[in-house]
Amino acid sequence: MTELSDLNLLEAAQALRSGMTTSQELTETCLARIEACDDAVQAFLALTPDLAMQQAKSADERILSWRKKSDEPLPLVCGIPLAVKDVLCLQDVPTTCGSRILEGFRPPYTATSVQRLIQAGSVILGKTNTDEFAMGSSTENSAYGPTHNPWKLERVPGGSSGGSAAAVAARMCFAALGTDTGGSVRQPASFCGVSGLKTSYGRVSRYGLIAYGSSLDTVGCLARNAADLQPIFTIMAGHDPLDSTCLVDPVPQVSLDQIELRGLRIGVPREYFIEGMQTEVETSVREAVGVYESLGAVVSEISLPHTDLAVPVYYLIAPAEASANLARFDGIRFGPRIEGADLLAEYLDTRGTLFGSEVKRRIMLGTYALSAGYYDAYYGQAQKVRTLIKADFEEAFQKVDLIACPVAPTTAFPIGQHGDDPLAMYLEDVFTLPANLAGVPGLSFPVGYDSDGLPIGMQLIAPHLAEASLLQATHAYQSTTAWHKEQPSL
Amino acid sequence: MGLSIEEVRHIADLARLRLTSDEERRYTEQLSAILEYAARLKAVDTSHIPPTATVLPLRAPLRPDVPRPSTPREHILSNAPQEKEGMFRVPPVLDTTS
Amino acid sequence: MSDFQTVIGLEVHAEFSTQSKMFCGCPVVDSTEAAPNSAVCEICTGMPGTLPVLNARAVEFAIRVALALDCEIANTSVFARKNYFYPDLPKGFQISQYSLPLAEHGHLTIETPDGEKDIRIRRVHLEEDTGRLLHRDGFSLIDFNRSGVPLLEIVSEPDIHSVEEVRAYATGLRSILRYLDVCSGDMEKGAIRFEANVSVRPLGSPQLGTRTEIKNLNSFRSMVRAVSHEVKRQTQLLCEGKEISQETLGWDVARGVTVSQRSKEEAHDYRYFPEPDLPPLYVDDTWIESIRESLPELPLARQKRLIVEHDLPPYQAGILTSEKEIADFFDAAVETGLAPPIKLAHWITGDLFSLLNQENIDLQQSKITPVALAELVSIVERGEINLTSGKTVLAEVFFTGRDPSKIIAKFSLDQVSDVEEIARLVSEVLNANPEQVSAYLAGKQPLFQWFFGQVMAAAKGRANPQILQEQLAAAFQQYQQSSAEE
Ligand SMILES: [Zn+2]
Repeated sequence: MTELSDLNLLEAAQALRSGMTTSQELTETCLARIEACDDAVQAFLALTPDLAMQQAKSADERILSWRKKSDEPLPLVCGIPLAVKDVLCLQDVPTTCGSRILEGFRPPYTATSVQRLIQAGSVILGKTNTDEFAMGSSTENSAYGPTHNPWKLERVPGGSSGGSAAAVAARMCFAALGTDTGGSVRQPASFCGVSGLKTSYGRVSRYGLIAYGSSLDTVGCLARNAADLQPIFTIMAGHDPLDSTCLVDPVPQVSLDQIELRGLRIGVPREYFIEGMQTEVETSVREAVGVYESLGAVVSEISLPHTDLAVPVYYLIAPAEASANLARFDGIRFGPRIEGADLLAEYLDTRGTLFGSEVKRRIMLGTYALSAGYYDAYYGQAQKVRTLIKADFEEAFQKVDLIACPVAPTTAFPIGQHGDDPLAMYLEDVFTLPANLAGVPGLSFPVGYDSDGLPIGMQLIAPHLAEASLLQATHAYQSTTAWHKEQPSL
Repeated sequence: MGLSIEEVRHIADLARLRLTSDEERRYTEQLSAILEYAARLKAVDTSHIPPTATVLPLRAPLRPDVPRPSTPREHILSNAPQEKEGMFRVPPVLDTTS
Repeated sequence: MSDFQTVIGLEVHAEFSTQSKMFCGCPVVDSTEAAPNSAVCEICTGMPGTLPVLNARAVEFAIRVALALDCEIANTSVFARKNYFYPDLPKGFQISQYSLPLAEHGHLTIETPDGEKDIRIRRVHLEEDTGRLLHRDGFSLIDFNRSGVPLLEIVSEPDIHSVEEVRAYATGLRSILRYLDVCSGDMEKGAIRFEANVSVRPLGSPQLGTRTEIKNLNSFRSMVRAVSHEVKRQTQLLCEGKEISQETLGWDVARGVTVSQRSKEEAHDYRYFPEPDLPPLYVDDTWIESIRESLPELPLARQKRLIVEHDLPPYQAGILTSEKEIADFFDAAVETGLAPPIKLAHWITGDLFSLLNQENIDLQQSKITPVALAELVSIVERGEINLTSGKTVLAEVFFTGRDPSKIIAKFSLDQVSDVEEIARLVSEVLNANPEQVSAYLAGKQPLFQWFFGQVMAAAKGRANPQILQEQLAAAFQQYQQSSAEE
């Protein structure tokens, strides 16, 4: 059965259409693969085998009737088993955000992005592990234990969508949904050697995404390559009347081969090559840029001068928003409650006990940044500097079509390495945060391996709503290279 | 820009988080370090820069005033740790602190 | 007292009577009556992952009120999160407006014994209501039916200087909200709630005194009593040379005192910041102007018009225009041209109001139409039936909605104007009551009315009172003459 799980999403879709396999068979294959590998990887927090088999059965019926009478278009994702990051609501299925404060919570509704994929016939295998409330870059902050990198189990898979990245890398699913608030799709994709798309802010509905930093949160997806990402993205994207920040702009249906690399202007920001970064990361990224150059792209060095301010800006804005977003977790309407002498005690104990230490740290930080007397100096100033960071990108995109840069300063680090030094951990996010602050899309994909055999990722960043360019440019790279075809021996 | 332990306690109170004394000490240290790092923002001249609250050039979309069916009460209450007579139950709220 | 000036600002919260809630599609129901949590969804109960989408009608209603209060409307306003923990606030923050409200700088004209006075309006903004807490068996229970109902906050400047002005401002504002058809105005159900900021200062002092804030005043009576009490309390403290502490107070209805809820030190730090889930609210001038054009004539203007057009006394014009449906009823009745406006005004503010009070219903709930009233009044004015019968017919129309002329025909209520018939009834009554006749003739004048009533009763209320009076007087005269002759 391993042959089936080795297929990528488009190959699997083709096999379904041709009748070579069925969705039920694909689903069983994935469930078997999860059974075999997930004790070691710990990518999933909850499995939904019954739901998945039921969805697979209806998908098979749909495919069968399509084959008889193929005038109705069949979505490419129909019958394809997927995994969903556990910050996206799926009705009646445990949704925890990797937190004890949501233990046992079964949402009464489904997130729009997930709903659209289900409607298109996708099969949902389960919910994947995440740093608690998506706060983290290693998936070590999950209350349910860390996820292990399929390439080297004692390494982190990155985060916060570490469970999704690991599940895709370990071929437990054909693609997975993640979310990216400060790099949470791109960095784990990079650490796990898969392709991960962070969509433009406003492109995919956030309805049903349990909010962390509302002005930064985006729903994204992870798969084995850019061509596999495209059908997921096009199904999820587009206006949703339930999200006031979801744009009405149409989602272009483009062919991935339709890109003219000759003359494509790619900028490489000098601020993204910093002291202390792993040499192999810089080498691989520069080599990948070289590939584009050899394909006819015009590469130039550019400057995004406010890059080094992204960390302090992000770590004031995101926690500030989080401090309000996480106020609803009070043990009154959902989640466990720590009973106490009175209402105040119940608030304090429920939240104090059931939130993990990183979540509490960020709530404290955000509460402080918004509090009387400090708003202007912290939150207010951060919002203004955010304007400058956004302007950096606007200016850069006057000169170039895409920006190419590293995703993280290093490859996957050992579990436990950052221990109790939050600032050091935050500084690791320096290359991914700016795209979130500017709201622009980014795509991370493997461009090499370090001496430990760990994947190295590069990200392309495009102007707002230009996901198609990212998918096309990545696909062009993946058509001439084979890094994305490497698999961990698991 | 260091934080005092009293400030940390005050913030924890505002955020309704019971901290252990060990957490109080640790957060005082860590938040001070983070805020010290964030202090570099103050050096940026933003006197003529407008704040960015959202990256979208959007106006709030307006929904027509048409009621739709509510969610069945059992669904809404199904996750409640304590429920009584179709309502969520909490310890007695004495005064109105709202 | 006279050495001090009272300074009061009012914050009014009005619940909008939209069909659906502010940010979700749940219906707006009467939360004092509906089954608990029967009009809720994942959005208005603050389930994780949910997002707000703004109700267009709520914005329109807010603009209506802001225009009626002569405010400047901001083309762009911003929603903000107001953060605090309370069990009836499901998200842990309330979506409100803060630094950029929908409207500012308006005024409401009130009537005072010294003439008209403008109370400046500082701001008008939109926000969402909270759920309701019920206290039972030593626990609090939460019903979220009210959670997310659109709420308008109207904040006045501290331009109010007496309890009378407080009442005039509050009733004036309530009347406007009802005229605009945006709020039921039902205070018992909490559709309008007041908060008062009260301070006193020595007369002529340029500085404002320390103010206290009285929360959750949910009736005119509570508000007036609470403010009076607070002014007295503060004045007394100042007279004793004591300090007033800045605090939030509650009104204890049972004891009739204000009680401290929160001191300045315990004041909330609401940590307002722009709501990232809602882009700025944009209202263009075209929309604002179209709403302006659709505004009805407002109470004060209407009152003035009635005084000028129909020569009504100001007090009566005020009563007629305090509620839009009454004023509309009056105007429609006048429109028929059947009866003089002044007479219509009397009938409405007199007998019709008595019936409404007696039945404790709104005009809309009665069956009477403006045309029916005008017809009835015209019949009475023409003398076809007497006033007493008219009142009987009014009640009949009020309850059945039937045509007055038909009621009159059916019950043979046409006034008896036959002189001989009335004379016959008079002599019957006089013959039946010889002792009273003697007493009257001996000088007990008030008995005349008693006889009048007896004859009218004998005529089943249908006797033409004019003729009855004449015949009764004539009969007595005859008695006097005959007794003199004897
Ligand atoms: Zn609702």
